[in-house]
Amino acid sequence: MRLADLAKVIRSKNAGPFELTFDVLFDSEEAYVRVVDSGRLRADHFAAIYGIAPGDVLSVVEFAPALAIKITIRRALGSGDLGETDVYGAQQHAPLLDVEIP
Amino acid sequence: MLVTEEVCRLQEVKVLSPTAILGYGFPDASFQRGLSMQPDAIAVDAGSTDPGPHYLGSGKSFTDRLAVKRDLLRMIEAALAQRIPLLIGSAGGAGAKPHLDWCAEIIAECLTELGQTAQVAIIAADQDVGDILHALHEQRISPLGPVFPLTEAHITESTHVVAQMGTEPILQALDAGAEIILAGRCYDPAVFAAVPIRAGLPESLALHMGKILECAAIAATPGSGSDCMLGVIDQDGFVLEPMNPDRSCTVTSVAAHTLYEKSDPRFLPGPGGVLDLSECQFQALDGRRVRVSGTTFQADATYRVKLEGARQVGFRTISIAGVRSPDFIASLDAILETTRSAVFANFEDIDPADATLLFHCYGRDGVMGPLEPKRDAVPHEIGLVIEVTAQTQALADTLCAFARSTLLHLGYPGRQSTAGNLAFPYSPSDVALGSVFAFSLYHLMQVDDPLAPFPIEYRLMGDLHEIG
Repeated sequence: MRLADLAKVIRSKNAGPFELTFDVLFDSEEAYVRVVDSGRLRADHFAAIYGIAPGDVLSVVEFAPALAIKITIRRALGSGDLGETDVYGAQQHAPLLDVEIP
Repeated sequence: MLVTEEVCRLQEVKVLSPTAILGYGFPDASFQRGLSMQPDAIAVDAGSTDPGPHYLGSGKSFTDRLAVKRDLLRMIEAALAQRIPLLIGSAGGAGAKPHLDWCAEIIAECLTELGQTAQVAIIAADQDVGDILHALHEQRISPLGPVFPLTEAHITESTHVVAQMGTEPILQALDAGAEIILAGRCYDPAVFAAVPIRAGLPESLALHMGKILECAAIAATPGSGSDCMLGVIDQDGFVLEPMNPDRSCTVTSVAAHTLYEKSDPRFLPGPGGVLDLSECQFQALDGRRVRVSGTTFQADATYRVKLEGARQVGFRTISIAGVRSPDFIASLDAILETTRSAVFANFEDIDPADATLLFHCYGRDGVMGPLEPKRDAVPHEIGLVIEVTAQTQALADTLCAFARSTLLHLGYPGRQSTAGNLAFPYSPSDVALGSVFAFSLYHLMQVDDPLAPFPIEYRLMGDLHEIG
């Protein structure tokens, strides 16, 4: 099943000018547990989805009180540096929509 | 004058947050409902680094003056009428001196229009370059996350450097009897937490409540940055309630909000310590209110404040055009490289290090750049932004115009459409965007005294001839 069909919210945003953070929120514990257990959003998989080095994935936090998985990566550029494409980091989430969850 | 004395020694404190950013607005009905709940303070955050380095660097506000005045008129009138403090954090967005002056002028105008006077505390957050260099040499500055290593040039070239104040300077201004507190760059929760902390309520809960209130009704469902939220805090927890009856706080909406714009939802570092949410509990009181408890605060061994700085890196000119020719799109990368070479070959006196020519290719990877996994998909059209940043505006204009005209008429292998390669939506096609800034500091600085970097000025403002 696609992650987009399991999650309620899939979003990205700056966490300060040098980090980009992704939130995947669920409205059922079953879906949350299914995605957590699949491991598909853990650091090595996440790095592969975005074509970045696994070391640039700074943290993956599974936060049960909010039925949420949060992934934070190093921004390739400081927000607004020359070459910027997304100052707020708000449109970097789309590749997560199609992640297949067993 | 000492309106805030009444707030002391309360078992429960109510803080009204009208809007997520000063200038984002709020419905009058929600605000009136908030006032009817007898709040002990009105607080609003104005700041963010989200809009990028331009606003800190240039000294301009990222919110509109008329919209800020509209919000302030209502808040000032209500706070003075109910004899409760109004606290404004991170004036003008970036919270440096020009932003503080800008917001103070709007407050003065509002007071005059309302025929009122008020004791206003203005807390500066600008940091002296000499002091920061000194801190750098004493190794009291450390990077905040994956930021570049700091050099002296980053500091000396910054047009503005601010530090984020904690609650300490705000508490001092409350103690001095300020009716309106206008803070420069400020830890977002501080203006919401100060009145509860002064009333003897736990710092941990007050800061956590501030973390949520600073975004007003964004933590509700449906969420909004332009609607009011009330926080009611006691010794053991706090309750959040949106003031618009069409919105609700749910356990999920509040818990999810703790993730927003943070790298780790469990540990939220700020001036002087870390909020620990790992044992936090969220409890629905009814369909619209959520109670939060269990937050703890671990004080750091040394008090550190966050420094933010921006420096000018040049001037920018852009040109926007579309491309529909399949043969052009098929050879896009080669065509752009040929254009780049032609530009710098034509102006051989210009050092390529003094100018940056970039092409944003919307429809291919314009949004995600190197993170785009579908870069190889072939679109039927491309939106192109030609961007030049150079040491002067004139040079940026020249190089952008030359890149645009070169690209318009460039011959490339297999070209069938020989009249022109670009579709321009505008005449003139090129736009000078002015100064370009980059973040030059995003670091932590150890300080001995949380008050020392943030001098407070007290001004009686408003309709002064009323009091002779």
